[in-house]
Amino acid sequence: MLFLMKRLFIYFTFLTILVISCKKLTPKLPEDHQILEGPIKGLTAAEQDQFLKGDIGFGAVFTPQNGLGPIFVANSCASCHAGDGKGHPFTTLTRFGQTDSTGNQFVQLGGPQLQNRAIPGYSPEIIPSGATSSKILPPANTGLGYLDAVSDQDLLLMSDPNDADADGISGVPNWVNVPAYCQFRANAISMNGKHMARFGKKGAAYDLIQQTANAYNQDMGINSTYESIDTYRKQPVEPEVSNTTLQNVVFYLKTLKAPVQRNANDADVIAGKQIFMSTGCDKCHRAELKTGSSPIKVLSNITFHPYTDLLLHDMGPALDDNYTEGSAKTSEWKTPALWGLGLSKKSQGGSYFLMHDGRAHSIDEAIQLHGGEALQIRLAYGNLSMTERDQLLKFLESL
Amino acid sequence: MKNILIIFSLLALNLNSQSDSSKIKRAPTDTSKMLLNMDAVYNRPFLQYGKIPVALGGYMEANTNYAVTDGITEGLSFQMRRMTLFVSSSIHRKIKFLSEIEFEDGTKEINIEFAALDFQLHHLVNFRGGIIMNPIGGFNQNHDGPRWEFIDRPISATQLLPATFSNVGFGFYGKTYQPKYVWAYELYLTNGWNDRIIGNSQNKTYLPATKLDPERFEESFNGVPMTNAKTSLRFKGIGEIGLSYMGGVYNKFQDDGLTFDKKRRADVFAVDFNTSLRTKTNITAEFAWTFIDVPDTYTQQYGKKQHGGFIDIVQPLIKRPMFGFEKASFNIAMRAEYVDWNVGTFNETGGNIADDIFSIVPAISFRTSSQTVIRLNYRYQWQKDLLGNPASRTAAIQFGISSYF
Ligand code: HEC
Ligand code: HEC
Repeated sequence: MLFLMKRLFIYFTFLTILVISCKKLTPKLPEDHQILEGPIKGLTAAEQDQFLKGDIGFGAVFTPQNGLGPIFVANSCASCHAGDGKGHPFTTLTRFGQTDSTGNQFVQLGGPQLQNRAIPGYSPEIIPSGATSSKILPPANTGLGYLDAVSDQDLLLMSDPNDADADGISGVPNWVNVPAYCQFRANAISMNGKHMARFGKKGAAYDLIQQTANAYNQDMGINSTYESIDTYRKQPVEPEVSNTTLQNVVFYLKTLKAPVQRNANDADVIAGKQIFMSTGCDKCHRAELKTGSSPIKVLSNITFHPYTDLLLHDMGPALDDNYTEGSAKTSEWKTPALWGLGLSKKSQGGSYFLMHDGRAHSIDEAIQLHGGEALQIRLAYGNLSMTERDQLLKFLESL
Repeated sequence: MKNILIIFSLLALNLNSQSDSSKIKRAPTDTSKMLLNMDAVYNRPFLQYGKIPVALGGYMEANTNYAVTDGITEGLSFQMRRMTLFVSSSIHRKIKFLSEIEFEDGTKEINIEFAALDFQLHHLVNFRGGIIMNPIGGFNQNHDGPRWEFIDRPISATQLLPATFSNVGFGFYGKTYQPKYVWAYELYLTNGWNDRIIGNSQNKTYLPATKLDPERFEESFNGVPMTNAKTSLRFKGIGEIGLSYMGGVYNKFQDDGLTFDKKRRADVFAVDFNTSLRTKTNITAEFAWTFIDVPDTYTQQYGKKQHGGFIDIVQPLIKRPMFGFEKASFNIAMRAEYVDWNVGTFNETGGNIADDIFSIVPAISFRTSSQTVIRLNYRYQWQKDLLGNPASRTAAIQFGISSYF
């Protein structure tokens, strides 16, 4: 009996320790700077509620039963934007048949976007012969609300279409026709009826509503009242996603936090930032922008650090993909934001896939691919000492 | 469904109104023979009243749940996992009926898991018809809560294979007892899969999604029966090994005489094993492989191959009367389990497609008898998305009770 008591005592002690250590035995919340996901701090309760609803919409999986396709590329926003970070070659989009601003020559053959997958019983699209095509990898979705809230004036101030300062770098906005369902920003600037767009790799989507409505329609075959022409039937069909859901998803995108820098006080990181500025990377990857006023209070009049100018730059023949959108040339790309760069691998399955099509497998490789307007600056990068390069790369990884 | 509930309540009333407890007998569970997983449906504690040829039984499971995923918890909740009722009757010396009805998560899900008539023609030839529990792996056949030291069912038995997967169908089974071994076979044709396997909110090829079709007990989704076969062998002193196969067409390849697609199959193979060592250690293991003909033009999000399994090790530490329970025992146990829902590589990169889960579950349990268990489980789990990004980690602490009644 004594023996039994002893044993039971041991087990119950064990049990107690187990219960007490519950907190120790459970995985901790990753810190803000370790992940890209999560809302901006300081949202009101109502805003948090809409953020959560949008998060659900963003993760919702479409199936053949609830509207997927019939032709599509992927079946949820989150499949392509895992952890709100950059995508993977598996989730790449292909677009074709548009070499200048005269528009798409292959609309009747499925242009501009290739829906390369189909629900059972249907055939996916193939690229028509004679069409040039381009592959684009999903960008991260972090901090989009800040980028959305920068005024047109500020963008225009950074642009230098005729290279007046003769530094070899021009930078132009993408002028597009804005669909009727978008609302213009306060003090929107227009030119010959066109407006300055800023989302997408070529900067051809005016705002997050256009980007989202197009993603539902073109990427998943989910039609809305905004974009109602079905990619397969090529005619308007009943909406498969409600405007409320779509607007919640837009709100979610707007209120995703900006990536938080790591090791900002490391001596190498500080030195690296100086090299980033002095080499001239900052001429396109602008370290600092500010928002105008926004109905979402936490986004109003804020200075933030995205490392982009949201403008188009000619990146030279190697990055010319013979495809364009809006007023962009085929060799022009929007400067991608560099915030969150060091965390990219965490959403890309452990490897880097950088530049518009993911062809660069390291940050160094991405820089080496810069040409065109960035040629001089790439050469300057090449002339850096090994230590300086390391410091620059350390800085980029800290973003 | 309603009718069966009425029968249950009538039987229950009948028992109450004439509550002469001396007439209520516990039908003894069979301990004499070497038993196989397939015997689990009949080898349960049943209550029999007087001479009526109907026996009643059932089990319940309830638990607390506290889980944390990457630092976020929904707090503590209490769960009534399930209550299951069995009715069996001997219609004739050679004809038996058994049914099992399960109420899951309160009354959110009510399922007839088993409702079949067995005709014994010869010990090697028994004919079975009705709602049959598909014998795939060992867990599906032998899933009663009180038999396990773990509150959660194995992931490979619930999210790779459909848990308690049963379908309407017919077939044969047989058994032969030899001094050194017992051998058995089962062979059934039942209604089968449907196309929710590759169209579901799990965003993965998910055989359990088949269970969501409310019409599957009324009519076959595509008119092609599913074949299910199992053979089991138990060697005295060594253990039981089972090999099983289940497969059929999952898509609606034609409708109203029009052909839409070729016939696409989903096939499952499983191995299960259990044994008891001289140290009284019980080991139960199962591994399954699935092969699904997903169209190439659909998305790699939905895998063509999957596999997964679990191993449970249970060690009784004390086995003696405790707290007034004659056959009490105190046990420690450990489960390790793994499922890869998408075995393969990306067409685009040649890199591995992850979409997998791994977990370990240490446990302690106190049994007042083999029929009632009080258990404490701790779970630690790593789950990776399709691309193989850093795993999301979950820890859970669960306390629960489960008993036959
Ligand atoms: C098939 C993969 C895929 C799916 C599904 C998808 N996206 Fe994207 N997303 C991309 C790609 C590729 C781009 C770049 C597009 C471009 O350059 O025009 C992109 C761009 C974006 C952008 C622009 C970001 C920026 O920095 O300019 C936003 C916002 C966005 N997606 C949101 C969504 C939402 C919301 C959904 C769901 C409704 C969605 N995406 C579904 C692949 C996808
Ligand atoms: C002329 C403008 C310009 C300059 C100067 C410039 N970049 Fe870029 N950078 C771009 C554009 C545009 C892209 C996108 C090209 C593409 O997607 O093909 C890019 C892409 C990148 C990327 C990959 C980002 C991603 O998300 O894939 C990195 C990293 C980068 N630049 C770093 C630098 C560094 C470091 C410097 C300075 C040495 C620099 N850039 C100078 C315009 C510029």
